[in-house]
Amino acid sequence: MHALLDAAMGRYRHNPTCVVQILREVQEQAGWIAPAALSYIAEQLGLPRARVEGVVGFYSFLHAQPVGRYRVLFSDNITDRMQGAEALLDALCRKLWVERGKTSEDGLVSVDTTSCTGLCDQGPGLLVNGRAIARASRERIEAIGELILARRPLAEWPPELFSIADNVRREDLLLGSRPEPGAAIRAALARGAGATLDEVQASRLCGRGGAGFATGLKWAACRDAPIQNVQGASRFVVCNADEGEPGTFKDRVLLARHADLVFEGMTVAALAVGARKGFLYLRGEYRYLLEAIEETLARRRAAGLLGGDICGSAGFDFDIAVHLGAGAYVCGEESALIESLEGKRGIPRNRPPYPVTHGYLRQPTVVNNVETFCAAAWIALHGGESFRAVGTPKSAGTKLLSVSGDCERPGIYEYPFGVTVREILRDCGAASVQAVQVGGPSGTCIDATEIDRRLAFEDLASAGAFMVFDETRDMFEVARNFAHFFAHESCGFCTPCRVGTAMLADAMDKLHGGHGSQHDLNEIHRLNRLLQATAHCGLGHTACNPILDTFRRFRPAYERRLSSFDFEPAFDLDGALAEARRMTGRDDAGAHLAAEP
Amino acid sequence: MSDTQTFLLDGEEVPFAPGQTVIQAALAAGRYIPHLCYHPEFKPHGSCKVCTVRADGRTAAACTLPAQAGLAVESETEELKELRHTLVQMLFAEGNHFCPSCEQSGNCMLQALGYELGVMTAGFRHFFPIRPVDASHPDILLDFNRCILCELCVRASCEVDDKCVFALSGRGIGKHLIVNAESGRLADTEVALSDKSLQVCPVGVILRKRVGFAVPIGQRKYDLRPIRATALESAPRGPQAPGPCPSCEEGS
Repeated sequence: MHALLDAAMGRYRHNPTCVVQILREVQEQAGWIAPAALSYIAEQLGLPRARVEGVVGFYSFLHAQPVGRYRVLFSDNITDRMQGAEALLDALCRKLWVERGKTSEDGLVSVDTTSCTGLCDQGPGLLVNGRAIARASRERIEAIGELILARRPLAEWPPELFSIADNVRREDLLLGSRPEPGAAIRAALARGAGATLDEVQASRLCGRGGAGFATGLKWAACRDAPIQNVQGASRFVVCNADEGEPGTFKDRVLLARHADLVFEGMTVAALAVGARKGFLYLRGEYRYLLEAIEETLARRRAAGLLGGDICGSAGFDFDIAVHLGAGAYVCGEESALIESLEGKRGIPRNRPPYPVTHGYLRQPTVVNNVETFCAAAWIALHGGESFRAVGTPKSAGTKLLSVSGDCERPGIYEYPFGVTVREILRDCGAASVQAVQVGGPSGTCIDATEIDRRLAFEDLASAGAFMVFDETRDMFEVARNFAHFFAHESCGFCTPCRVGTAMLADAMDKLHGGHGSQHDLNEIHRLNRLLQATAHCGLGHTACNPILDTFRRFRPAYERRLSSFDFEPAFDLDGALAEARRMTGRDDAGAHLAAEP
Repeated sequence: MSDTQTFLLDGEEVPFAPGQTVIQAALAAGRYIPHLCYHPEFKPHGSCKVCTVRADGRTAAACTLPAQAGLAVESETEELKELRHTLVQMLFAEGNHFCPSCEQSGNCMLQALGYELGVMTAGFRHFFPIRPVDASHPDILLDFNRCILCELCVRASCEVDDKCVFALSGRGIGKHLIVNAESGRLADTEVALSDKSLQVCPVGVILRKRVGFAVPIGQRKYDLRPIRATALESAPRGPQAPGPCPSCEEGS
């Protein structure tokens, strides 16, 4: 055991800021982090044991208890459910004789759910020991069950099981461009660092991760922020590939198909802000992309596009390391991502100060989305003016959309900003549309009367999720799924989000169970006001959005669930007697509570 | 006088020194803003959100909000009292708080804040979490049922005692306090009775054995004077601000 641990720590030179990476590697090889292993890692890295235990307890994919030699996790986004994930999960549990959420008696297997794995266009998705599998079906689940029962190592499973499609349906500026590696860097070097930043500012590029902050402003603030005077200090460029918003999968495709463009953009950013070190923070669900990404990085180093004196420019040094996430949506928030990069629990920081002045290791840090870096590379090549010429006045350029749900052609669509929802629905082959969730659970839910609205910062801002629901779907169930997502992903730092998201999920379950009343709807609105006013970060601020949006537009889906318009307890008195009835074998009228007159 | 900067708190001027947050300046000036996880001896944490105020129209936690000249801060408004009331209700619903039988009754900040804000019931369904106590240590009892996750013991143990006896694990509603031992038992940690971490719990998680109920209920800290008054007494007067602590684990 110590050999495995020493090797993992050795790969990261016993650097305590890499503890999440070390734990993830140990987990991958040993299946879990045993108590003695945890103590040893803490001791060797010079960290308090409890702090390392707290890190393990924070991330969904790290386990302080044994979880089965095969760990099967079904993606639990609403789109996976619409594609039949629940029935497949039950079928696999029956085949393997295992209870959902529990490890089998022989320690062979566990089956459970996880937050959206980003395979919505080819779902249901699942992860087996962290490896992504798409297009789950009766036959494929049957085959997976057989492979597990035969104890076949994952490496011997048919490669076809692990094939993931890109499903690019519409190309524009970014997806259509395949510049020669290094071209954007050379263009930026020819222009100079200052002029390159000027081009990015002139382009009016705004962040593609959802918040839409002006990229040029962010870069300029980072460039102008002083470096804290410590050994090995530097500015940092971080690519946020922690694509956790349910229904979003564009960054997966960009990294699979256009990794060079992403790294090109990061290198251009490094030149513009004066950074010497970069990180790609890749969500754990995309672990399967790691080897190809590392190969791309190695190829770029060999070609002089990373490392020292990049493109022959003396003193332009920059390199990129990949950090894998371990199952925590909140790490998509930039300051939580930085905490995670530093090997801590992914808790959003108090701001100010912001990452541009005090980011990774308290140094000036630029954090941008994968797509933003691709756009930056494009701008370095073609100039800010030509970028700004595309899109709308306040939304320059194009947007990648991850289209999923009820449509014939789910996948990746790149449109100039300003495209209407109607055009997208037509292109993807959606009929009888009831609703579209734009931007994922934290975005906006619109109904069929609003499909002439436009995708742009002026109207419907979006990080890229576009989930289509036809008239057969129950929009209450969509909102209930999202409420559970937020409760599961709340980091727990602040009171309103930690307790409030759990209460929201409870309230939705109460309505689902037929015990709801007007009182519960009022409570949901009260919780929303509280979360919006007091939550620590965007997760809490937006946690009520899906409920309020669907309530406003699909009120009957809620009201038909109300048992009365007055208060109704969640506790079912007659239901509580069910066990007694079963034990006594009675089911006559006298064994039931009389209905109130 | 001209170089003293001020902001407005509910319409009245409050002086502040550079680096102070709104709550630090307010308490130093004798103005109370309800709070739980803030402690005058530690760097502001910003997790309980009870000190939420409205500053220039936007809500923010007063403990982490830097004071700025001319800032218009509202605190004693109906809207903010209602938010604080709900937050305290949530904390009561989240843990297992049975005030009448609690050794800390009368010394408990959560209970005192409940009185201050007029909280009569939890108002929400109780979670009734299962949180076993840790009685392994000969002199100290840990009753996790009452933990409000303010992290004061975590901060004190790391920053003052240099031991990190306490830490947090889990996430969301499953977040919980743990101790620094492979066995998970307090008896197997380096904790000592003189530790700062044993003195900062605002509720009744960390208790000394064999000294309970030395002061009768009815004569305890908040029985005699409301929290609004005692909080001002323990706040440092004058414009000194605790320095930054890079080793704080969460939200630092």
